[in-house]
Parts: sequence; C-alpha cells; structure tokens
Amino acid sequence: MLVENEAGALSRIAGLFSARGYNIESLTVAPTEDESLSRMTIVTQGSDAIIEQITKQLNKLIDVVRLIDLTEGRHIERELMLIKVIAEREEREEVKRLADIFRGRIIDVTNSTYTIELTGPGGKLDAFIEALQGAEVVEAVRSGVSGISRGDRALR
Amino acid sequence: MILSGAEIVVQSLKDEGVEFVFGYPGGAALHIYDAFYKQQDVQHILVRHEQGATHAADGYARATGKPGVVLVTSGPGVTNAVTGIATAHMDSIPMVILTAQVPTALIGDDAFQEVDTVGITRPCVKHNFLVSRVEDLALVIKKAFFIASTGRPGPVVVDIPKDVSAHSIEYEYPTSVQMRSYAPVSKGHPKQISRAADLLLGADQPIIYSGGGIIQGGAADELTQLVRELGFPCTNTLMGLGGFPYKDPLFLGMLGMHGTYEANMAMYDCDVMLAVGARFDDRVTGDLTKFSPNSTIIHVDVDPSSIGKNVSVEVPIVGEAAPVLREMLSVVKARKADGVVPDIGQWWDRIEEWRAFKSFEYDRESAKIKPQFVIETLHRITNGNAFVTSDVGQHQMWAAQHYGFSTSRRWINSGGLGTMGFGLPAAMGVQLAHPNEQVACITGEASIMMCIQELSTCKQYDLPVKVINLNNRYMGMVRQWQEFFYDGRYSHSYMDALPDFVALAESFGHVGIRIENPGDVKGALEEAFAQKNRLVFMDFITDQSENVYPMISAGGGHNEMHLKPSEADDALLERELA
Repeated sequence: MLVENEAGALSRIAGLFSARGYNIESLTVAPTEDESLSRMTIVTQGSDAIIEQITKQLNKLIDVVRLIDLTEGRHIERELMLIKVIAEREEREEVKRLADIFRGRIIDVTNSTYTIELTGPGGKLDAFIEALQGAEVVEAVRSGVSGISRGDRALR
Repeated sequence: MILSGAEIVVQSLKDEGVEFVFGYPGGAALHIYDAFYKQQDVQHILVRHEQGATHAADGYARATGKPGVVLVTSGPGVTNAVTGIATAHMDSIPMVILTAQVPTALIGDDAFQEVDTVGITRPCVKHNFLVSRVEDLALVIKKAFFIASTGRPGPVVVDIPKDVSAHSIEYEYPTSVQMRSYAPVSKGHPKQISRAADLLLGADQPIIYSGGGIIQGGAADELTQLVRELGFPCTNTLMGLGGFPYKDPLFLGMLGMHGTYEANMAMYDCDVMLAVGARFDDRVTGDLTKFSPNSTIIHVDVDPSSIGKNVSVEVPIVGEAAPVLREMLSVVKARKADGVVPDIGQWWDRIEEWRAFKSFEYDRESAKIKPQFVIETLHRITNGNAFVTSDVGQHQMWAAQHYGFSTSRRWINSGGLGTMGFGLPAAMGVQLAHPNEQVACITGEASIMMCIQELSTCKQYDLPVKVINLNNRYMGMVRQWQEFFYDGRYSHSYMDALPDFVALAESFGHVGIRIENPGDVKGALEEAFAQKNRLVFMDFITDQSENVYPMISAGGGHNEMHLKPSEADDALLERELA
C-alpha cells in the first residue's frame, strides 16, 4: 500500500492489526520517488472474510492512500536475507557451493564464517536454510517481503 | 493578518462557525486560553472535569449534527478526556478535540504533564494530528473538521504543542480541503439499489432494521417515506430511536437484547431484511449463529468496513442513508406503478399476535414507584417532545422502551461504549444547543455520581436541565445480571453510602425534590418542568426488584427471550406450538 509519509503512519497500521487480532507475518516500508508517500508491504494470513475485513479497515485509515492485494493477480515477491554460517574445514567448500547454486553472494569472510547475501521469493530463502542442513547458522536476518505486480499495472 | 498559533486556533474555530468550546485550562494550553479571553465570538464553557467537556461536546453534536468542540490541556487533561473520546468514537459522533501539548523540544522527554496524546488516542479516534509547525495549524484544523463531519463521522484529535501556539505566522484559513486518501462515497450504486428494491417487493416476510446512521445521516424523512410506501414493519436500534415515528402502526419498537417481543421475533423469522445505518452489533444480534437464519440481507452503510463484518450480506450498498433511501423510494414507486405490489397480510397477522404479548408491560398497581411509570409520565408531561439524555443501565433501557420518540436527535445516550456519567454533561451540551427546549436527563444513583461535579457547570451557565434520578439503591443492570446468571450473588452492586441527593443538589444551588410515592410522581414532574430557569434534581425512590424485560441473554437467539414472569409460561407454550 501507499501511505502518507507522516509520523505515526506505521504505528497506526501496526496498531490496527494488533487491535483487531490480525496477524502480521512480515512488514517492510520505505519512501518512494514521491517524498510524501511511503510504500509498505505487509504479508498476512487469513480466510477470505478476514482478508476482506483487513482490506476494508486499512482503506478506512486516513493515512492509507492506495492499497492492492498483490495475491489477486500475477506478481513477483522478493525478500533479502543476510545469513552468517560457520564454515570451517570440510564445510567451507560445501557452503560456498550452496551459495553459488542459490546464486547468493558471500559478502563477508573470516577463518570460521561466511556471511551470505541471498535474494529471492520466500520459498527460495527457506530452501537455502534447509539445504544448509549440517552447517551451523550463527545468525540470520530477513527483510520481509517486497512485492510488485507483473505486467503494466502499477500501484500509484 | 499575522497571528500567533493560539490566535489561529480561535480564529479557525470562528471561521468554522463554532459556537461553543467545552474545555478546562492548564499549563500547556495557557496561550490558547489567553487568545480566547481576548474575543467574544466563540464561547468557552468551563466544565469541572475534562470527561464532562467531552460528553457535553458529544451531547451538543448529537442534538445539532454539528461537530462538538473540546479544548483540554496536556497530560492528565488528555487522559481525562479519553473516555469521552472513545464514547464518541463508538457512536460515530462528529467531534474535534484540541489538546495542548508540551513544547516540541520536550516531547518524548517525560516532561511535566506530558503524555503521548497521539499514541493514547489512536485506537479511539477517527484520526489524529500532532502539529509540529505553526505553518500547518490552520490546514490541520480545517482537515480535522472535514474528517470529523463527513463519511462516517467520528472524533478527531489535534495535538498542539505550547511553542507552536506561541509562534506567529500569516493566517489564512483554507476555503476548501481535498484529501487524496479520504473521499467518502455519498450515492449508492444504482444497480444495487434496484436489486434491493426488487428483493423487498418480492418478499413475504420483510423487515426494515434501522439505526444510528439514520440519525447522524439526517435521513429520518427518507426512511419514513420508504417504510410507508412499502407498508413494511420497521424496527430501530437503541441508537436509531426517533428515526421513525414511534406511534406509527408500522413501528415494531426497539429490537435487540431489551427490545420488544415482536421486533425480535420478526427479525428472527424474516426472509428479506433491509438494514440501514445499523451495524449488526452484538446487543442487537444476540448469538450470531442463531441470528435471522433464513433471511437475505440488504445492508446500506456509509462505511464499507461495516458491511459484511458480522453477518454475510447479499446486497451491499455503500453510500449515505438519505440519498440511497431517496433513490430506493423512487425505484419502489416506479415498480409499484408497473403493478408490482407487496402482499404481506399474513406476515402482519403474525406480527399482531406477537404484539399482543405487550412485552414492555409492568405492574401498574404497585405501591412502590415503578421506574417505567416515571418515564411514561415524563413523556406525557413533555408531550413526547423533550430532549432526553441518559446514563447507562436499567434506567437507560426503560427510557428507550417507554419514552416514545417521534423525531431525530432527541434521544441522546451512549449506546456503543455504554459510558456511565454521560447523561448530565451531555444534557448540558444539549441545553446550550437548544436553550428554549425541555431537556431531561434520566439517570440512576450510580451513574449520576460519576460526573456529579458538572452540577456546578450547570449553575454557572444557568442550564435548566431536569435530572430524573431513578434511585433503586443498586447498580440495577449489574444486579439484574447477578440475579439471573450468578445465583443472586450481588457482588459490589450496592453502594452503602449514598448522599442525600436533594441536599447535594441544593448545595450546588439547584432545586432538589425527593419523591417516594407513585401518587406524587406526576405532580413532581409538573412542578419541575414549570421551573423554566432552574435545574431541578428529582430523586425518585423506585422499586428495587424491578428487572428489564424482555431480555436475550448471552448465547441466546432472538427467539429465546426471557419475558416478564407472568408471560414466561405462555411464551414457552407458544414456541412449542409454533
């Protein structure tokens, strides 16, 4: 959704979700080319009726300028992950290979760790973590999902 | 014109046509209060507690349709006002609440009398603003009034830091305002309206269910005309009373937890339901799984999020009540001219059978004062034309049941939040709005104590409100629930140390009367209303054992009402035979 870039707008939206008992799986927000507008992407879960209510309640907020449900059409989802993995001796080669397979980039190196940057749909990030199996994950941080519709439709 | 922020506040209110501001001063608000002192156009009403200010502004708004305006200081001023703001929010009342705030440099530092006003009020307002620059002040105030009074109305808070009220700037009040993120829909979709009309005309057991949206939307005339053109039964929610004339034979009375037998049975058994300006609140629907099982619902509401929230709706229509009903009426007339005429004689026969129960009747032979009798007598004495405010509890239900309303904006009560203490300050706001009208505040001895300090405000401004205290020496509604559902364990629903209300009223400079016999009720009310310039506090000592009937208890459906004792067996029998 496009949201007025005013102090408190984020609080208002987060507050709406918590007050009404809706769940926020992930949330990401940043300014757009128009300084007065921020773009926020929220991932949530619920029945059709719940999603309809969430949509209506969000539209009701004075700060929310425009809103679309990306899952209603073809769209692209991307999420960023930075993950620090123990990579010593034998594992080092394996971790590097996995990173290449997943088209991730190693952005930090120490004797015992690799930090890998990976982008892709949530499923790809989940798969990477699973593939790491044996390797010990020291720390992982995910950004939350950003989305954009396919084709020439736009949220404006 | 170069004005300070404080002067901009006052001038903006003047440019908005505001007559009264209800408020209470404090440190952060001193510049604004200084600006008020220097002018006469906007009158400030000094209350005795910020909760009183919000309820008074609320009562003013309900009685006039214009936004009520409040001015309070920071910190405790704001927190005292929150109850009143939430009250207005739940009932969708237009209000603009100006709150002073500590200087911008101190915000977030736990300063003296600082609270996070925007944070605390966020869940209970339609919108709120923190003005950080004096350049924004006039436009924010304009937006606040616009948001408060359009679409689904509601309270808007404008938080003004003290330094912002001190800075000066060239003043210009915008003539209009447009907001890209807020554009409420006024007219309903013509196809939906057509569909609705067809459904209604084809129904065998239709009902029209209308609520507060008719009152706030000023659509009582349109509703009345449509109901009469269709010849359909009409029921009102607590908030919608006065939207349809109570004396009309098409009126089934109020529905819901304490509604009439016929209204609830008809809602249960209907096949087509037109809901206008009502929101299927739990006090009306009872248990949702048992609510109106066979009906097709048409829902007209200005707020799209209200539609489909609690019940599934066949024909949603987003728009304001008045234009939608007007359009619907013309479609209905056109169809009728084409020969499509409703035939619901059998439905009315059943409704008449239900009506015969007289579910609001009470023991008229009692030697004790029955609260229902006081309300009925009040109705007679005021010709059914008074403005009636109420507090919360049994007395509120009896007032709704027994004071028949024929016009909008006469019944002023806190339905959504159910705020005790609302009645007296609301009556103040109503009396200021209508100085020459009769204003009655129906209350209980528990509720009236919550904002009793406003008796002082009434004296300062010579507000001749008539307080009807239905004193049963119990928190009546709580006691009733404890009697029905907690085996009569009356936990803290009785106050041991009630004041002598007559002496209390007199100490504030008003007239006090105590009434202990049914035979004295009429005379006392007549005497009270004859006093056009004095507030009269009437302490009616009523029957403690009286309960509000009918009642749908939690988990009950509309066809599972508790009825007054003598009818219980008959009703059970009727249900069995049906």
